[in-house]
Amino acid sequence: MYKLILATRYLLKRRITYFAVLAVALCVFIVVVVMTVMTGLVGDFKEKNHDFAGDCVVSSESLVGFPYYEDYVGKLEASEAVEGVSAVIRSYGLLSPRGRDVNRGVEIMGIDPARHSRATGFGDTLHHRREDVAKAFVPSYDPNLPGCVLGIDLALERDSNGGYAYDSSPRRVGFSISCFPLTARGALAGAGTALANTKTFYYSDHSHSGLARVDDSIIYLPFDEAQALCGMAGATKRINAIHIKFKPNVKLQAGCEDVRRLWAIFKTEKANESQAYLLNTVAVQDWKVHRRTLIAAMEKEQMIMGAMFGFVGIVTVFIVLVVFYMLISHKSKDIGVLRSIGVSNVDIIELFGGFAFMVGLAGSGLGVLGGWQFLLRINSIERWLFAHFEFQVWDRTMFAIGDIPSEVSPKVLAVIVVSAIAACLIGALIPSWQAVRLRPVETLQVNQL
Amino acid sequence: MSDNDVVLKSKGLGKSYRMGATKVEVLKGLDLAVRRGEFVAIIGASGSGKSTLLHILGALDKPDKGTVSFEGRDLGRQSGRELNRFRNKMVGFVFQFYHLLDELSVLENVSLPTMASRSILGWFGCRRRAKKRAVELLVQLGLGERIKHKPYQLSGGERQRVAIARALMNKPDLLLADEPTGNLDSVTGNGILDVFEELNKAGQTIVMVTHDDRIAERAGRIITLADGKIRT
Repeated sequence: MYKLILATRYLLKRRITYFAVLAVALCVFIVVVVMTVMTGLVGDFKEKNHDFAGDCVVSSESLVGFPYYEDYVGKLEASEAVEGVSAVIRSYGLLSPRGRDVNRGVEIMGIDPARHSRATGFGDTLHHRREDVAKAFVPSYDPNLPGCVLGIDLALERDSNGGYAYDSSPRRVGFSISCFPLTARGALAGAGTALANTKTFYYSDHSHSGLARVDDSIIYLPFDEAQALCGMAGATKRINAIHIKFKPNVKLQAGCEDVRRLWAIFKTEKANESQAYLLNTVAVQDWKVHRRTLIAAMEKEQMIMGAMFGFVGIVTVFIVLVVFYMLISHKSKDIGVLRSIGVSNVDIIELFGGFAFMVGLAGSGLGVLGGWQFLLRINSIERWLFAHFEFQVWDRTMFAIGDIPSEVSPKVLAVIVVSAIAACLIGALIPSWQAVRLRPVETLQVNQL
Repeated sequence: MSDNDVVLKSKGLGKSYRMGATKVEVLKGLDLAVRRGEFVAIIGASGSGKSTLLHILGALDKPDKGTVSFEGRDLGRQSGRELNRFRNKMVGFVFQFYHLLDELSVLENVSLPTMASRSILGWFGCRRRAKKRAVELLVQLGLGERIKHKPYQLSGGERQRVAIARALMNKPDLLLADEPTGNLDSVTGNGILDVFEELNKAGQTIVMVTHDDRIAERAGRIITLADGKIRT
């Protein structure tokens, strides 16, 4: 009981402990804010990549693609683990608005919009055809024209707030798409006298995935048209990838294992086919591995931030250690008195441990509260700063970020609070241990007072 | 002196300190016996080892040589836990500079030895009795009006009386006082000695260290310490 009373009194009556509490609160505040924003950004980025890729992707590393896919798609669709399957053509081409003498390189994705929406989050990225995804390639102004879905940054300009000037319906704009068809051996196939296949598509909708690299470089075309443009619609049709979504109760790794098993069976069945060699270029990957080049960079940034805040934690431990060292040095008389009335070393360490726990709890409580309140207002603060000083954390004309993530994760908070308390306990342990190692009589000497 | 009456006994006590390169021998084979109910004053010049002896008798320090036994038990053979229990239950200390805890009230300071010997639940079980005992002691020592005060709100004499109440809280067999009046004026010091005399009359065994012959005369027996040994 005396430990509780003394620890509470040390906390409330000693001005120096307020500095310890303040140091912990500041560190916790910074870590809460930065970790919430970073975790939010990384989480959001991963979610968008997941939406873009589906759960699992069977894809060829070669632009030539792989054949016989209909049989494999059939096997996947028959699997109990699979909810949606989408065969995809992926290639590169040149895009030029009709009537303008400019062109730019784009990534072409040939999809069946309805199937692709069942396998990925494609349908939710549409603007005009979100409720009727099957008609994504049907321009509302002329249903007979071949449509295309542009990445939003190819279709619309962004303002300084990161917003787009949406039209109530898509404007009638035609784009010439040129592709370079490849043979099954990887050579340029040629199209008549030209090396490129060119066809005009009309803007029917745009896709806003929230991924900068997707939104400013991808153009979605109808599957059959893209297959023909890329020279994959010959006698043996080819595709580049299959995007797969698993049923909700299926775990990612288990689902991917099932897809790999089916792929092995399929590959064995097709081993004697003429283009079976193309099947060797195919890999089955979960969405994280498939998008690893992008995700890994973000995760590395998050890791570096974590390491930096590890240093902040070390500084906290040091500050608390210094404060406790000073405090316990001033309290050596108390330790002597307590020893003289029969209090054990362990009890004295517990007393200062309890005190450190209270400092950690009070500091992290204040830090969490402050961080939470700040995060609640972080976007309005940023908007105010932009309105008055034109300051933005992320320039919305460059970064595909809407609001700054501010959703506080209870898990992250718990980790931060526990770490702060642990830092305080570590900071208190060394001086406490040193203090109890003194003989009681040393701390009670007159010349020690 | 019957061995049954002896509550505290030391035999061949030796203690030395190192001051730089010099080794100072403070106690040189000291023998001492204190009977139950005695009021013993140990006097000696400054640096004669009086306080060192008192600390060794109360198990706050360890001798280099010799033994201290309390009620027949050798303190040198006791475990850390047993020594803690000895300091908590068997002996009460009164220091020259009172050594009260500034963060606690007078009542809490006095109750501290009882609180320290119990868990939180144990304390809740006995806190009424403990509080009653602490208040009785404070009233007995003339501090009934001061129980909620903090030590820094009291005079020197009042603080020393609080320290005495704390030392008596667990009804120890032995009260050890290290220059209890050393920091007080003569009137206040006499008041403290009056308290010691009353306690001794009630059967309390007291060993007091002082450098002042006049104060020592208030005790029942005077032991003079010189050259690390007792000179009777």
